[in-house]
Amino acid sequence: MRPSAPPPDQSLGALGWLRANLFSSVGNTLLTFVGVALFLIVVPPVVEWAVLEATVAGTTKQACDGGGACWVFIKVHLPQFIYGFYPEAERWRVNLAFAILVGLVALLFIRPMPKKGWIAAFTAVVFPFIAYLLFFGGIFGLPVVPTSEWGGLFLTLIIAGVAIAASLPLGILLALGRRSEMPVVQAVCTVFIEFWRGVPLITVLFMASVMLPLFLPGGVTFDKLLRAMVGWALFAGAYTAEVVRGGLAGVPPGQYEAAKALGLGYWRRMRLIILPQALRIAIPGIVNSFLAIFKDTTLVLIIGLFDLLGIIQAIATDPEWLGYAVEGYVFAAAVFWAFCYAMSKYSMRVERQLNRHKQGV
Amino acid sequence: MPNAGKTPLKPEKTPLWRDPRTRALVFQVLVLAGVVALVGMIVHNTLSNMREQGIASGFGFLDDTAGFGIAFSLIDYNADSTYARAFLVGLLNTLFVSGVGILLATLLGFIVGIARLSPNWLIRRWAAVFIETFRNIPLLLQIFFWYFAVLRALPAPRESLAMLDLVYLNNRGLQVPKPVLEPGFGWVIALLLAGIAGAWAIAHWARKRRERTGQGFASWPAAAALVIIPPVMAFYAAGNPLDWNVPSLGTFSFSGGMNLIPEFVALLLALAIYTAAFIAEIVRGGVESVPRGQVEAAQSLGLSQRQVMRKVILPQALRVIIPPLTNQYLNLTKNSSLAAAIAYPELVSVFAGTVLNQTGQAVEVIAVTMGVYLTISLSIALVMNWYDRRKALKGA
Repeated sequence: MRPSAPPPDQSLGALGWLRANLFSSVGNTLLTFVGVALFLIVVPPVVEWAVLEATVAGTTKQACDGGGACWVFIKVHLPQFIYGFYPEAERWRVNLAFAILVGLVALLFIRPMPKKGWIAAFTAVVFPFIAYLLFFGGIFGLPVVPTSEWGGLFLTLIIAGVAIAASLPLGILLALGRRSEMPVVQAVCTVFIEFWRGVPLITVLFMASVMLPLFLPGGVTFDKLLRAMVGWALFAGAYTAEVVRGGLAGVPPGQYEAAKALGLGYWRRMRLIILPQALRIAIPGIVNSFLAIFKDTTLVLIIGLFDLLGIIQAIATDPEWLGYAVEGYVFAAAVFWAFCYAMSKYSMRVERQLNRHKQGV
Repeated sequence: MPNAGKTPLKPEKTPLWRDPRTRALVFQVLVLAGVVALVGMIVHNTLSNMREQGIASGFGFLDDTAGFGIAFSLIDYNADSTYARAFLVGLLNTLFVSGVGILLATLLGFIVGIARLSPNWLIRRWAAVFIETFRNIPLLLQIFFWYFAVLRALPAPRESLAMLDLVYLNNRGLQVPKPVLEPGFGWVIALLLAGIAGAWAIAHWARKRRERTGQGFASWPAAAALVIIPPVMAFYAAGNPLDWNVPSLGTFSFSGGMNLIPEFVALLLALAIYTAAFIAEIVRGGVESVPRGQVEAAQSLGLSQRQVMRKVILPQALRVIIPPLTNQYLNLTKNSSLAAAIAYPELVSVFAGTVLNQTGQAVEVIAVTMGVYLTISLSIALVMNWYDRRKALKGA
């Protein structure tokens, strides 16, 4: 019996992989060295600072005597980072509302769940009121917590949630309006969209906080947070509208004609035939626009609301804890990064699922 | 068929309220009335509110003395200057940081985007880490990080980080040499512009000739000579009309040179890196959008590697890259307004911040600020529409 021939070395296995991916040519080998050098410059100091020499134990600034990061700063202030100035005794209300939301969303994720439409409608229409009553109080004997005491990650999620929830329907309506055959409707929607897209968000927030009170009849005032949210929703709606419009333009003309030929009216054509296809095409863009909205919630700190970054900034300038801003920023960056990364990965999965019908064609 | 031969079959008359044209007309009149009513209400409320609160209106305030200093200005400005001058300073600062930011972001973005496509696994991973990190962290947080965590922690001027004794980085900002132009320099610029125009004309002529006769013409050497030689000759003929005012360290601070304040450096770094992450993804998408068959077809035509890149991949990739790229440039310009959070004196911070607080004329100030950004956005949009039409695939 002849022994089997050895496998062709150097083209398979780990060595072969190295050869193909890192050392395939002189230039490539040089690049590999650059990459390794970059790794050696960046990674060890970061690990040393964030892990090896960091302080985790203790509850005071004095505990931080190592050369590395002072995670005590984060540990001590974590409740404030999450709830802002929300009274400690009332924080269960925030937790309860988020628990309900998580429960509802979890139900939506169960694939064979019956009556999914009703659950989704409940989440979108009824839940916001429940959440508002819980957060604000003043009913069922819950003490009132004014919006000026809302803050931290809690506020970030509220603003992002409201802006995202409001921007999708608004964006769809504006996009349909801009593609409408009625010249007046088209002109109004186009001007509206281009106006909001042409100005920076910060001027919109300034406008909401300084000019909105002037626009309203004398004596009518409303909350700073609500004003910011109105500006936010309009701004986000205009951006989402352009993404949806792209989706609408991507639906083949034959679909519009076929829907018309079936004798369906405008709204049924849109709801049953056009929008499901347009939104599928627009998913990556819609998620990008949601991510931008989420990241831009940090801008509300400029008009004096304390979102996650705002509260970190405020605490980092507290004389008692001076000099730990970096830890705060790293924490905030990690939180934002995790949310954004998870959202973009999830959207990729959804996109693949929705495009499954195209495979094998 | 009882109707046959009698009267022709007439369609049933649609009732007025079911006629789509009537409906569209009524709907549009309603929309228009709603918009007019809303705008009218806002104007009415604003006017009456302003009258009640005694807020002045009109743009007369622009000629008043501003009375505040601005930390960084490209033109002469002091506390005795007018509000109009302060506005101009803010506008120029916005354009300055946006312009430099766009240059840096494009450079970095293209490098990272191409690295993302590198055959080298390690470089590809590094580029992906760069993109995923900086794209998913809010810009404002990045500005704060550079400003409060990095630049504040830099050494004092005496222990500056120096590069070739020309550029110094310390907690007062970045000290760079400042160009001082002398009279003859105008000629150099003029000849340079003329050279560029000439080079463009040569390239245009060469392309037309090739399309007409099939004869190639290597326009590069002639064009390069036209751009480089006359300005260089003029430069020496005018006796080196450009001086560099180099920063030098005094007892406590730097004198000479140009001081780019820390707010500027922080904003610039954050804007450039954040935008570069997006540009890198655009570049990658653009290059990947060129079908493989195109490359293979070009190779089988016998084109060299360089020709494949220049004549097949780049023209098609750029068609995909340029529209979102301009969009990123616009975003960067609009995002420069985040400087208000660290008080770099650009348009929003100077005008919608300090001037608004001093004059209280919110309506005029916000309107002017928004007007500036709208003008920039819309003019870029017009240019892009023109570009799209020019580059649209013909006969598709």
